[in-house]
Amino acid sequence: MKKHQFDVIVIGAGGAGLMAALYASKTANTAVISKLYPTRSHTGTAQGGVGAALGNDEEDHWEWHTFDSVKGSDYLGDQDAIEFMCYEAVQAVYELEHYGLPFSRTAEGKIAQRPFGGHTNNVTGKPVRRACYAADRTGHMILQTLYQQCLKSNVNFFDEFQVVDLLVVNGAAAGVVAIELGTSELHVFHAKSVIIATGGHGRVWDITSNAYAYTGDGIAITMRHGIPMEDMEFFQFHPTGIYKLGILITEGVRGEGGVLINGKGERFMERYAPRVKDLASRDVISRAMYLEIKAGNGINGQNYLYLDVRPETVNKYAALDGRKRLDGSPYTMTGEEIIAKLPDIVDFARTYLGVDPVAQPMPVQPTAHYTMGGIPTNKFGEVVIDDHNTVMPGLYAAGEVACVSVHGANRLGTNSLLDLIVFGKHSGLRAAEFSQGADFQPLPADPTEFTRAQIDAIVNAQGNEKILEVASKMKAVMMDCVGMFRTGEGMQSALETVRELRERYKHIPLHDQGKIFNTEMINLWELGNLLEIAEVVTVCALARTESRGAHARDDFPKRDDVNWLKHTLSWVKPNGQIELGYKPVVITKYEPKERVY
Amino acid sequence: MQVTVKVFRFNPEKDKKPHYESYKLEAEPTDRVLDMLEYIKGSFDGTLSFRRSCAHGVCGSDAMRINGRNYLACKALLKDFHTNKITVEPILGMRLIKDLIVDMDQFFAHYRSVMPYFVNEEPAPPQERLQSIEERERFDDTTKCILCACCTTSCPSYWASDQYVGPAAIVAAHRFIFDSRDRAAADRLRILNDQFGVYRCHTIFNCTECCPREIEITQAIGEIKAAIVTGRLV
Repeated sequence: MKKHQFDVIVIGAGGAGLMAALYASKTANTAVISKLYPTRSHTGTAQGGVGAALGNDEEDHWEWHTFDSVKGSDYLGDQDAIEFMCYEAVQAVYELEHYGLPFSRTAEGKIAQRPFGGHTNNVTGKPVRRACYAADRTGHMILQTLYQQCLKSNVNFFDEFQVVDLLVVNGAAAGVVAIELGTSELHVFHAKSVIIATGGHGRVWDITSNAYAYTGDGIAITMRHGIPMEDMEFFQFHPTGIYKLGILITEGVRGEGGVLINGKGERFMERYAPRVKDLASRDVISRAMYLEIKAGNGINGQNYLYLDVRPETVNKYAALDGRKRLDGSPYTMTGEEIIAKLPDIVDFARTYLGVDPVAQPMPVQPTAHYTMGGIPTNKFGEVVIDDHNTVMPGLYAAGEVACVSVHGANRLGTNSLLDLIVFGKHSGLRAAEFSQGADFQPLPADPTEFTRAQIDAIVNAQGNEKILEVASKMKAVMMDCVGMFRTGEGMQSALETVRELRERYKHIPLHDQGKIFNTEMINLWELGNLLEIAEVVTVCALARTESRGAHARDDFPKRDDVNWLKHTLSWVKPNGQIELGYKPVVITKYEPKERVY
Repeated sequence: MQVTVKVFRFNPEKDKKPHYESYKLEAEPTDRVLDMLEYIKGSFDGTLSFRRSCAHGVCGSDAMRINGRNYLACKALLKDFHTNKITVEPILGMRLIKDLIVDMDQFFAHYRSVMPYFVNEEPAPPQERLQSIEERERFDDTTKCILCACCTTSCPSYWASDQYVGPAAIVAAHRFIFDSRDRAAADRLRILNDQFGVYRCHTIFNCTECCPREIEITQAIGEIKAAIVTGRLV
């Protein structure tokens, strides 16, 4: 066992973790621990843009961004936190540019912006150009830029270290325990502040845009110490995943004029969202797609639809919509312009679908995409552990793992990258500040005790179960019963299945008993996290007897503000029981009203 | 269709030297090589070890030699190979650790050596620094790099000496040298004007041919050579 000591430890090296590290390292001795090389993090797969009301092309205001996010959240987002994020967005994007981020540019040399789902001019209700982009690899450029700046700032990195436990002493964070993947050696990181930035858990579902690494590690680690989770029933399905594979096709395709087409050749979103059509928010579009497919309107009756960005299609519907260029001329696109603005999408479609999107429509289906729920925090990234928002000293969370809550029941496109940079930065600043005024908590007498117990359970498991089978059963049942449309009956049966699978999981034998890159052992630990999280998601979803944002129930089809305008808190008790509680939503000036796009 | 996947295996805790194992499995022409490796690990041998994460060619984890050429396993589809015999081996020129996992430390050390970060200590304006569409386009190609190491580990000059910074590090330098906002081009050119710098490139084009991001790497290296010789950035 090796010991290390730092003022601030950051777990995870995606956008939130690197932003936190960059800011914390200005005043505190900071280290980042990541199970992947930092540039492998999932932030790098984000495509379309980061939202900020720069107004580079047309009138926009951070207050409009705030209202759009509140409405997008189906009024479950905390409005003070959303105001903070949208106000801070403008400065945060300029900071990224000052760090060298190669944004695409307007004719005047400013940061280029494109329309995105749910982002509107609040006066006209028309889509507004708010997504600041670098071609269709904005997340890649954010990840690279932040990693590069961390190198410049001499941040310490522990790459390919899997954090498996949080150390809690006297009710405060005292550090973490990690497994060095190359050797299986245990490392104890003693710290004054711990920032969790481990991302989401989209690997719970079968069709997913999420990386293999997205296994809910941060939530799993904290839940085992009695720290609650917030709004776990809310998980976003992105409308346009590549058919069967789930690989993301950015909403930017529709921002540039692409449309969704059903098997009858109809642009069906006109019926569901008459005003903004294909640029409605994601929950609305994913549900519309589900209903079209269910009604037999899939392509050739199959369970997919077309995303069509051929120039002739874009130009036809832009003319019908009366869409104009900034100079007032009719909006048109050529094949060359589409390739220039969406190079990676063209590449993905050619590689994985064998389709040239400039010449053929792309087969798509909704794909599991984003964790709205997570570890509850306030707007400074401090973890809050009860319905009175009591802060746990020394513990922070930021990015997809956290629930501030700025996304509520449904996140707007471009607000995830924004969440990373705004709350990554503020959690880093706050964690560093805390570490200046605090002493180290003493380490527990045997800091690796629980880590060894977890490893022993995996190494010594006996039985004939198979990891692939347990994982695929979980993914299938969660997709079918706790996905885009839910019913009490379906979720109850999913809960039983997941509980059975948690038992079967204990009987998956470990074939690799070695120390060097034992990826099988790590994959098993990750599957354990996913199974526990799947159970929590299902319990929270069963309890919420309404439909709101991404949580849509056939048996309770309406939003119920009287009973359910509140956040769900969930705790895993030492006996394994999941306990639920609730806390109010913060409303500043936007009273809940019916949500129409 | 039935596929035979021959996989390079080496367990440093058991094996004296590497060997190959063959696995027969059913696969679709559109399956990724990564899908087949996952299936082998899950169904035949849990000890098989390799890196992967995003599974769609963006994170750069799973660079491997597949039928003799470097690919990302998640971006190489069975149908691309026009055969039902697939051989998977680790990328060359790096210290072998286990199965398909190699030591990437030297690769990232070379990356860090070229100042791969934006430098401009002039006071920043309150809004963005302006950059024309043309200035931005000048270095667009090299911003696409995902540090997968396909290029560096396909380069015979790198195989000959791992002191050579390698194409990936030069691509990283290029991305900043030709960025109109950056101020450290001269420092990077000085670093690359070295016996282990750009002159180790003998325009073999292996890097360009296997880059999963289709970056014109040999071109980028040539532009840096020209900048060193002429003292001008064009």
